[in-house]
Amino acid sequence: MIRICSTDDVVPGEGLRITSTVPPIAVFRTEDDEFFALDDTCTHQDASLADGWLEGCRVECPLHASTFDLRTGAVDEPPARLPVRAHEVEVRDGEVFVTLSTAVPHLPPGVTLGAS
Amino acid sequence: MNGGPGTVVVVGASLAGHATARALRGAGFDGTIRMIGEEPHRPYDRPPLSKGYLSGTVTDADLSLEGVDEDLGADWILGTRATALDPATHTVSLADGTHVRGDAVVVATGSLARRLPTDLMGVHTLRTLDDARALRADLLPGARVCVVGAGFVGAEVASTAAALGLDVTVVEAAPAPLAGPLGPLGPVVASLHARNGVTLRCGVPVERLEGAATGSGRRVTGVRLVDGSRVDADVVVVGIGATAATDWLAGSGLDLQNGLACDARGATAAPGVVGVGDCSAWFDPVRGRHHRVEHWAESRDRARIAVDTLLGTSTAPPAPAPSFWSDQYGVRLQFAGRLLGHETVTVEAGDPESADALVVYWRGDDAVAVLGMGQPRLFNRWKRSLSALPVAA
Repeated sequence: MIRICSTDDVVPGEGLRITSTVPPIAVFRTEDDEFFALDDTCTHQDASLADGWLEGCRVECPLHASTFDLRTGAVDEPPARLPVRAHEVEVRDGEVFVTLSTAVPHLPPGVTLGAS
Repeated sequence: MNGGPGTVVVVGASLAGHATARALRGAGFDGTIRMIGEEPHRPYDRPPLSKGYLSGTVTDADLSLEGVDEDLGADWILGTRATALDPATHTVSLADGTHVRGDAVVVATGSLARRLPTDLMGVHTLRTLDDARALRADLLPGARVCVVGAGFVGAEVASTAAALGLDVTVVEAAPAPLAGPLGPLGPVVASLHARNGVTLRCGVPVERLEGAATGSGRRVTGVRLVDGSRVDADVVVVGIGATAATDWLAGSGLDLQNGLACDARGATAAPGVVGVGDCSAWFDPVRGRHHRVEHWAESRDRARIAVDTLLGTSTAPPAPAPSFWSDQYGVRLQFAGRLLGHETVTVEAGDPESADALVVYWRGDDAVAVLGMGQPRLFNRWKRSLSALPVAA
């Protein structure tokens, strides 16, 4: 488990892109003050899900509006067709900790692990 | 589905048809779905055809629209063109002489790229996967490319070809490119061409395509413009818009003035016949008239509404603001809303001249449209706050 950020770093109803992990992840804070973490890059094209629109337990990709389930990373409809990885989150004393998934990430065409 | 259709015939196996089939299953429809597609391919995504697929970063497998474990349980009739519809009996005639009959019909036959009259080799349009493969094979090192039309397809092809290191010229008949879709920001976006080493010539329509005999047939050598000048070219890409693929409905009695006329929920005048996607012109309550759109997002998002219409349910979320995107020269353009002309614009963030900006279009005090250039987060917030009030006649 690694410390990712403070809870105050993430605005309720928004996401925060974390680039200290490979690949980058996004930490989301719902309006209900729940925290979730997904791979940040949409599986369809190089877009940051942290820039997306949060609604309930879903985030909509800011480019083409496929939506991903914050709990599982599952995608609902095209253009994305592969899920993003969901990472286990623990909030302790105002800090956000994440256990990174060991699954193989689904990165979009043209994006490779470690690319900035 | 008490009283609902037992068999739905979907004519068109691209985005709109596929999304409708998905939405039918998503709504619990457990009857038969027959998917008819003129192209031999399973449903695939067209936007990458002018971008990543053309440049080689996107593969055939990446283009699929079908989910990884998706099984719609549909009967697929691919590689066969529909030739007629009898709305009364929900019967679709196919080019192979057979007929497919259902209890309801979804018309999702899309649009066709406009062409210039020519049989010269080296002249392309870009609409289908096969079009993209043929064009890709022609974009050889050293090829001189002339793109006819500075719309989005033309601009994206020009951008991709320039990134491949090719010499590219874009010719546009209108004096101001993209004025229809982007209003006063059209020329600003079109200035991306010159800033990326692509020549753009506006206000000069094409007189004719010129060619010469080669060992394998007559091939294009250049584009003659009405002012007498000529653009030398080994490859010509014609991107001058599209027309609704509704010819096959000619004898159906349905209203086909500019696309298949549908109400604001996708219903045509014929019971049990709905239209979705590029071929359809839904009634737009804001414009107060039927309006055909060719946007990817509408093709996907309206499918659920059309399924509600077919099944007599009302489960679909309200349609979001009409929107489209374009990626060119490394700039991500996103647009949402409706331009009717005479809007004023404000720059809410960034600077359009540096291709990083958020621009809002106003009618009076109402924000009615938004253009993002590389501003996805802001764009999505503005998109949700746009006014969609009917325009006073």
